[in-house]
Amino acid sequence: MIYQWSNNIISSLGFTTEENYTAVKQGNTGLKYYKNPFDFPEDAMLSLIDDEHLNNAFSSINTKQKTAYTRFEKAAILSVYKALEKTNIDVKSKKVVFILSTTKGNVELLDKKESEFYEAERVYLWRSAQLITSFFDNPNEAIIVSNACISGAAAQITALRLLQQKIYDFAIVIGADVLSKFIISGFQSFKSLSVDICKPFDKNRCGLNLGEAAATIIYSSIENNRPLLSNNIVLLNGAIANDANHISGPSRTGDGLSIAIEKTLQNTNIQDIALINAHGTATPYNDDMESMGITANQLENIPINSLKGFLGHTLGAAGVLETILSGVALLDNMLLKSNGSENPETICPLNIVLNNQNSFKTHFLKLLSGFGGCNAAILLKKT
Amino acid sequence: MNINIASYCRLTNHKLEVNDIDIQIQKTEASSLNDIYRHLNLSYPKFFKMDNLSKAGFLASELLLKNIIIDKETPKKDMAIVLMNRSASLDNDRTYQTTIQDENNFFPSPSVFVYTLSNIVNGEIAIRNKIMGESSFYISENFSPEKIYSAVMNTFSDPNINQVICGWVDYEFNECDVLLLLIRKENQEKIPFNVNNIYHLYT
Repeated sequence: MIYQWSNNIISSLGFTTEENYTAVKQGNTGLKYYKNPFDFPEDAMLSLIDDEHLNNAFSSINTKQKTAYTRFEKAAILSVYKALEKTNIDVKSKKVVFILSTTKGNVELLDKKESEFYEAERVYLWRSAQLITSFFDNPNEAIIVSNACISGAAAQITALRLLQQKIYDFAIVIGADVLSKFIISGFQSFKSLSVDICKPFDKNRCGLNLGEAAATIIYSSIENNRPLLSNNIVLLNGAIANDANHISGPSRTGDGLSIAIEKTLQNTNIQDIALINAHGTATPYNDDMESMGITANQLENIPINSLKGFLGHTLGAAGVLETILSGVALLDNMLLKSNGSENPETICPLNIVLNNQNSFKTHFLKLLSGFGGCNAAILLKKT
Repeated sequence: MNINIASYCRLTNHKLEVNDIDIQIQKTEASSLNDIYRHLNLSYPKFFKMDNLSKAGFLASELLLKNIIIDKETPKKDMAIVLMNRSASLDNDRTYQTTIQDENNFFPSPSVFVYTLSNIVNGEIAIRNKIMGESSFYISENFSPEKIYSAVMNTFSDPNINQVICGWVDYEFNECDVLLLLIRKENQEKIPFNVNNIYHLYT
C-alpha cells in the first residue's frame, strides 16, 4: 500500500481541495452554460477554470521563471505547488518522481491562432512535462500516462508499483486537462454532450458535460507520521483491463470493467466498502455498462455515486480529482450525493447515493472507463 | 520461469523485419502501410478506417503474432498491451484540426476524432486478438528501452499476466517508427527480455 501525503484540486469550484470539497458537500455545481466557448459555434454546459483567477494565482508563485506557460501547464504547476506547500518534501530529490496523467495536454496549440507565443514542440506532452518538472527543479524525467479517460487511475497504479519497489520515496501524481475547441467539437461530433447538467445513472440521462481541472496527489511508500486531516488515505490495489470490443463504444457486457474490479478486490472484504465512486459520465451506454460490471461482482447494493454532475468529465484529471474528493468525504464519514441523479435506472439496478449520507466504513472503489476499450479500478481506504 | 522475447517486429519506412527475417514488400507510391496490408492478404476492412498510428501498430501486431499459435477468438485475460511513443496521436490530431480550423468549413468528424487518443492503437490490437488484460500507453521524448522494460516488468507484477505485447509505436510526418515485442513467461530459455536486447532489436 502507499500513503497519500497531500493533495490539491484546481477546478471551477476552487483552487484548494477544501474549497472543492466544501462546495460539493453543499451541493454546488461548477457546471455553467457557456455561449460559444473557445469559439466553438454552439453553446455548451462546461466546468471551466476561471482564467483571471488562474493567472493571478500563478503569477504569485512564479517568481523566477521567464517561460510563457500555457493554461494547461499553469494549472498543473499550481496544483503541484499547492499540494507540496502542505508538506516538507524535498521536491529536488532524486527520490521524487512526477507522474503526469493527461489526454490532450496543449492540443489547442495546433490551432494557428493559439500557437504564436509558443515553440512548435509545445504540443508534445513530454515538453509540457519537462517544463513542469523543471519549474520545481526535480531531476527526474516525468512518467507520462496517456490512456484516455482512465489515465488518472492508471497513473496511480503506476505510482503504487514504483513506490512499492522502493525506486522512489515519493510520487507526485498530476491529473490535468483543459478544454478547447478541439475537444469540445470532438465530443459534440459524437453527439455525447448534454446541454443540461448531466444526469448520471438517471433514466433520462442523455450525455456528458466536459470539465477542466488539475488535481495532484502526493503518494509515498513511507507512512506519514504527521498527516494533515485530509491525508490519511492509502491506495491498496488497482487493475486495468480491456474490453476488446469497440474503440469508442462502451462494452455491451461490462466484461472489461468486471475483470478490473475482480482483480482489484482480491482479498477484500466487500462488507468494508463504503462507496463505489463510478465513472458515471451520464451517457446512456457508459452507465449501463458500469451497472453490468458492478453487478457481475455482486457489488450492486453498495452505495454508488458519480461526481460528474459537479465538475463534469475532466478527462485525464478525472481519476485523480474524483479519488481526492471521495477520500476527503470518507474521512468526513460522508458519502457525497450523485448530483443530477434523480430517478436512477440502469440495465442492472444500482444503489445510487441521492442525498449526502453518513458512512463509517473504511474502503472505497474508484472506477473509470474510456475510449480504446480500457477500464480501471482502484481500491483505497482510510487508516 | 524465464521472461523471453518470443517474437518481434520492426517496422519503419525503410525496413520490415520479423524475427530476423527481412520482408520485402512491393511498394506503390500511395501508402506503404496499405501495401503491407495487401501483402499480408488480410481481410479486415476496419483497417482502412484506422489512422496511421493504429495502422502501423496493427500491422506490426499481425506480423508479430503471425507464427505464434494464438486463437484470436478466445478472450485472453492473461495478455497485456503496453505501448509508448513520442508524438502521442499528434499525426491524427493535426488531421482533425483541419476539420475545425475554418469557421466556414467546419466539419468535425467522429471517425477522425476517435483516433485523437494514442491508446486507440491498443484498442485496435486488443479487439483483433481478444486481449483483455492490462492496456497502457506512455509518452516519452525518445525511444527508451529502459522505460519499456520497466513498464512491462511492472505489468508482470500482476501474477495473472503471462504475456505482453509491448514496444514503441510512433507515426508522425509520414515517418513510421515501430518496434513491437511479444514477451512471454516461459519455462524454456530463449532470447531473454532485457534492456540490451530491446535496444539491439530497435537499432
